[in-house]
Amino acid sequence: MNFNFTEDQLLMKEEVKKLLDKENSVKRNRNILEGEEKFDKELWNQLVQMGLTATTIPEEYGGIGMGFLELCVIAEELGRGIAPVPFSSSVYLATTAILNSSNEDVKKEFLPKLASGEIIGTFAHSEKTTFPSESGISVAAKSGKISGKKVAVPDGDIANFALVSATSDKNKIGLYLVDLSADGVEIDSLETFDPSRSHADISFKNTPAQELSTDAWEDIEKLLDQSAVLFAFEQVGGAEAAMNQAKDYAMGRYAFGRAIASFQAIKHKVADMYISLQLARSNCYYGAWALSNDAPELPTAAATARVSATKAFYECSKENIQTHGGMGATWEFDCHLFYRRARLLSSNIGSQGIWKDKLITSLEKSNSPT
Amino acid sequence: MDFNDTKDEAKFRDEVSSWLSANADKKEHAKDIYRPAEMSGESESGESSALKDAKAWQAKKYDAGWACLHWPKDYGGRDAAPMERVIWGQEESKFKVPGGFFEIGQGMAGPVLMLYATEEQKKRYLPPMAKGEEIWCQLFSEPGAGSDLAGIKTKAELDGDTWTINGQKVWTSGAHYSDYGIIVTRSDFSAPKHKGLTYFFLDMKSPGVEVRPIKQITGGANFNEVYFTDVKIPDSQRLGEVGDGWKVSLTTLMNERLAVGDASGVDFQEIFELAKDQDFNGDTAISNGAVREKLADWYCEQSGLKYTKMRNISALSQGSTPGPEASITKIVSANKLQDIANYGMDLMDNASIARDEETAIFQGSLLGAPLIRIAGGTDEVLKNIIAEQVLGMPQDIRVDKNVPFNEIPTGSKN
Repeated sequence: MNFNFTEDQLLMKEEVKKLLDKENSVKRNRNILEGEEKFDKELWNQLVQMGLTATTIPEEYGGIGMGFLELCVIAEELGRGIAPVPFSSSVYLATTAILNSSNEDVKKEFLPKLASGEIIGTFAHSEKTTFPSESGISVAAKSGKISGKKVAVPDGDIANFALVSATSDKNKIGLYLVDLSADGVEIDSLETFDPSRSHADISFKNTPAQELSTDAWEDIEKLLDQSAVLFAFEQVGGAEAAMNQAKDYAMGRYAFGRAIASFQAIKHKVADMYISLQLARSNCYYGAWALSNDAPELPTAAATARVSATKAFYECSKENIQTHGGMGATWEFDCHLFYRRARLLSSNIGSQGIWKDKLITSLEKSNSPT
Repeated sequence: MDFNDTKDEAKFRDEVSSWLSANADKKEHAKDIYRPAEMSGESESGESSALKDAKAWQAKKYDAGWACLHWPKDYGGRDAAPMERVIWGQEESKFKVPGGFFEIGQGMAGPVLMLYATEEQKKRYLPPMAKGEEIWCQLFSEPGAGSDLAGIKTKAELDGDTWTINGQKVWTSGAHYSDYGIIVTRSDFSAPKHKGLTYFFLDMKSPGVEVRPIKQITGGANFNEVYFTDVKIPDSQRLGEVGDGWKVSLTTLMNERLAVGDASGVDFQEIFELAKDQDFNGDTAISNGAVREKLADWYCEQSGLKYTKMRNISALSQGSTPGPEASITKIVSANKLQDIANYGMDLMDNASIARDEETAIFQGSLLGAPLIRIAGGTDEVLKNIIAEQVLGMPQDIRVDKNVPFNEIPTGSKN
């Protein structure tokens, strides 16, 4: 039995961590948060050069032909470094969606460019809510063109193309590939809660769209499950970083004549962070197993990983601020960067309530949930 | 990443499984439990017939070489690898077999004897312990010393080569059916707290040992008070040096933490089934969003514990040492047990108050959970252990260090 990553995968994780440490990814997050740039192009290029955008793409399409397990360890490190790059949109979502598709022309055209970082993609799905139901999608496709509006699309003002969910001619939800520089596309950048990651509203007016599928609701559900595991690893990485910050600060901060880490009130707080982190990490491992094996358990495993990782990152990031006291709530300290990122990641592919509901729904469908 | 046995593991699992199939009844449902064939009526819980059956099953395992697998063969084990012990446990749990009497001896007393007893003593005491012929208990906690175990006051005085023990222990599981016990005492009241302790094993039938049951909030009585009045222990039954009892106790407690696992009682499956059946505002409870959120939280905890265990087993299978992650198990499972039991009774509304087949497991779990959160390290002690031993945070500053024990206030002052 080997319910763990391989030595090579762990080595890769270490390499990504080294790069993000060396490049001071957290400081770069702050620069993007405070500056005018939408993402850190320098850091993005380094990740591309390291081959990370090519991870899951087969060699025949210009990738390096590794799997989702490698992507899981990368995701954890991007979370630890709260990296200000469009990796989740372009790799977890856009690349995976195209890999899932059976459209060979699209694969041949887009995968090599995604692998080489020449283009960036995103998934434009949210409308009134970040997680619309099948009947809640108003963007419509007709005769190769789409019209309507997608809201708060992650990296919508960075990406070159988007995969857009839209009602097809057949009154089903289809999936369309849209060049975001095409006619009839209007992109409005948003001021957001966490400006280290850019979001934009995108309006389409008779915009040319390449059809991937006219009946894609199940594909979209699957894409969200797949990406949920990767988002969960990113959340676990962030949660662990926040827990370690709290612990390190408490060890060095003296009050009442002693390190505050020696008070049970603080120790128990950090122990609680550790507990929620370990539960999340173990559930993420199960998610990774289901994802990499394309197992029928994926919907349950993905929702479990997602729900517990969302909880862990929220708890660790908020109690990290609390442990720091007043300084933790200043702009100057980094605690709020993790607190913001925790909130952002919770929203990006659907809220906690939605994923909890999805989890119970998938357990109701399976006969033996345990 | 996989859950598959190695070739050797699969072979061993087959061997285990075929012996178990030939000698025990397989469970039809995962939650099936063993019930004694004859309830003799000697006690409400049928404890004496359960004990008889457990002894018979343990002896059967012993004779076939399946008792205390990881122990050396010379002491009644089979020199099994850690992974083989895990596989045995996984397979045995699929069968309806009795248990629950030998864990303290085999899990805590055995390892201490192996480290500190003479060769002659090991050969005398370990095989009957493995076979279940002789049952052991652990005499540690006292009325004034629970989480703060080093605060014990049971007195040991040496005269020639015989010690005399006076004092009281409490929360001793199974003292009423035990043949032997391990005990930590204070041999020097003027030494600092952790320095004046001495550790022994003793015959529970010794004159001056009196066992009184403690009735718990569940109504059952699994624990005891044990009184010692001029009880004699030969110096040859001392384990470790005089004054070194704390070190020996820590060995025992480390094993206790390994021995304490998931809390038994209601879990996700029970509350999930209940929510599907239970009426709630004119619909089933499970169709209510608030109920679904609660269920999801508990599922995530249960799943998190399950795969934490898998990560540990995987480490054993790969020949490495398991990490400290499993230290979260008892805190999470005991609190989950309590909350699920409470929520289940809430869902059943006023009907939950009556004791019947459906409510009994929720009621029993609700009453049993507080003790599980306390036994074998309270939630608070376990969080200290996580903070100090796993995360490397400093110990509390202590006011009782390097102070002669007889100058330290202890116990209850109100």
